[in-house]
Amino acid sequence: MATIKDRAPTPAGSGLNDDIGEAKRREMYRTQVVIREAEQRAFDLFLQNLVKGTSHLSLGQEAVAAGFAGAMQKGDLSFCTYRGHAHTLARGVSVEKVLGELMQRDNGLMRGKGGSMHLTSVEHGVMGSYAIIGAHLPIACGAAWRAQYKGAKDVSVCFFGDGTTNIGAFHEALNFAAIWKLPVVFVCENNLYMEYTPIGEVTAVAHPAADRAASYGLERIVIDGNDADVVYRTAQAAFDKARAGKGPSLIECLTYRHSGHSRADPAKYRPEGELDRWKLRDPIKIYRERLLQFGVAENVIKSIDTEVRKIVDDATEACKVAPNPPAEIITKDVYADGGWAWRN
Amino acid sequence: MAELTYRDAVIRGIAQEMERDPDVVFLGEDVAKAGGVFKATVGLYEQFGPLRVRDTPISEQAILGAAMGAAMTGLKPIAEIMFSDFFAVCFDYIANEFPKSRYMSNGQVKCPLVVRTGNGAGSRFGAQHSQSVENWCMMIPGLKVVAPSTPTDVIGLLAAAVRDPDPVIFCEHKSLYATKGEVPDGEIVDTLGTAKIVRPGKDATILALALMVPRALEAAERLKADHGIDAEVVDVRSLVPLDTQTILGSVARTHRLFTVEENPRLCGWGAEIVSIAADEVFYDLDGPPVRITTPHIPLPAADILEDIVLPTPDRIAETVRRSLGS
Repeated sequence: MATIKDRAPTPAGSGLNDDIGEAKRREMYRTQVVIREAEQRAFDLFLQNLVKGTSHLSLGQEAVAAGFAGAMQKGDLSFCTYRGHAHTLARGVSVEKVLGELMQRDNGLMRGKGGSMHLTSVEHGVMGSYAIIGAHLPIACGAAWRAQYKGAKDVSVCFFGDGTTNIGAFHEALNFAAIWKLPVVFVCENNLYMEYTPIGEVTAVAHPAADRAASYGLERIVIDGNDADVVYRTAQAAFDKARAGKGPSLIECLTYRHSGHSRADPAKYRPEGELDRWKLRDPIKIYRERLLQFGVAENVIKSIDTEVRKIVDDATEACKVAPNPPAEIITKDVYADGGWAWRN
Repeated sequence: MAELTYRDAVIRGIAQEMERDPDVVFLGEDVAKAGGVFKATVGLYEQFGPLRVRDTPISEQAILGAAMGAAMTGLKPIAEIMFSDFFAVCFDYIANEFPKSRYMSNGQVKCPLVVRTGNGAGSRFGAQHSQSVENWCMMIPGLKVVAPSTPTDVIGLLAAAVRDPDPVIFCEHKSLYATKGEVPDGEIVDTLGTAKIVRPGKDATILALALMVPRALEAAERLKADHGIDAEVVDVRSLVPLDTQTILGSVARTHRLFTVEENPRLCGWGAEIVSIAADEVFYDLDGPPVRITTPHIPLPAADILEDIVLPTPDRIAETVRRSLGS
């Protein structure tokens, strides 16, 4: 069996360095397993027609969410795309609330009013999942501006895919954050495909985010997005910089989605063998081995797996029996008075 | 009381709210050090400093997105989009983000912000710097839309917009910036969703907005002087919320309804109001409602052409006279 180093070569200084500690590593492992199990369950529930609408899974991209959430503090804010289940779960939102929203039940995070693409939990710092590409980068800038203006120390973290780097709002936000030195961290999850088209076929540079960083006076950062330790360390450095008033960062995480772009996509456009090669670098496999190397007992790891599977099973059953949202909420919360009145 | 221009009323309105509440911040292109391209924000940078009054790059998406992120997390931003035509390059925020975040999040996300914009024709700027786009915004659930016609209303409605917990699109008319009006001293705070009868009358109701209000008033005076027709002029002021009680109440008294819209013909705000009137006060009407609009064309730049297409006092008066058969 190949070693970790062979499978997932990591940047210098990020190898077997025990700077992270067992408690944090166990937390990040658990986060990844929660995402894996919940996303796999969401996929299975599609097949049973219990998850409606569309859904964009993060299977294979768990380390990015776990590493960033692991480094975030209470009060830090997450801004996600429609591929936002992972980041929502990583901030501690319950599996039941997420699955409930995907299944469009009354126990869902937004009682079925938002759906899979708009997961939001303000109490957990999840300030929304945005389904229009690029929209949330300027919004994250605004939240960071508020922190700067108020002298607060929270950081706004904005996750997006490689395809986002070709839309205008990406460039407007990067420039804006740089000139105002905002405490915002932009995280590009480069999973190699914008939707069905390989990102390299539609982008003028090899690294769609990192190769644009210089345009905004930012450091070029490309990391292994399948190794939660690497992600965690990079996130910490970027957060420290933001909290010190030294401005934004743009981080490109190399990763791969194991499933298609969305529910409708069997991902037949991928070359033969590509998925298998990336599965050798499955972030959860990598991390399980990491824990073992640091002396975490196999039964401890297995108990995390078992505990998480039970949570997902219980959540699934709770959602299956949860009522549908009542019609009375249709006209609620259009305006701040709780209603929808546009006339007297 | 003091005489103030509409332009200076914008400055006073913003200053009033920034003095009251340190969470009110203001951003836009050329708004700070330069005082705005219409000089409607002169002195605010000096008064409130560089942290609260901020120049931005030419990045309309960044301006509105940043305003939204700040609003969601506790500030009360006022964002300026220099010309309302530019809404088209940042319409995602106006159509998809501001108005839907509260609903989609089941009430978790708030978005208390104001977008001020230079709206409307009369400056001979041509088709991409002259449009009246309030109806683009009126159709979107979750937004509020205001368009004042006088300096006092600018201050009062701007204050109401800043204090409102919902996103408000605040349309300032470019051709009104130089107009003057008497403005009361002290704090002025008005109420969104209120129309105002600016000239009482008994023979016909003329609804107008922004620049069309003074034109409707002039038309009403001519109708009275030349034809003895006593028209009531209602300044709609707020498209959302819409004060249908005042509007329909007026129609029920005068039995005739005219709308004066600067928008091109299709889907102007008057069409919606006429539809409401047809539903609710049809039997009070003595004749068909009549919409007076710009033709369904892009606006031409040349002064002589622009003057032909916008509703004028003459055209308003003549349309009302003919419809009333006088």
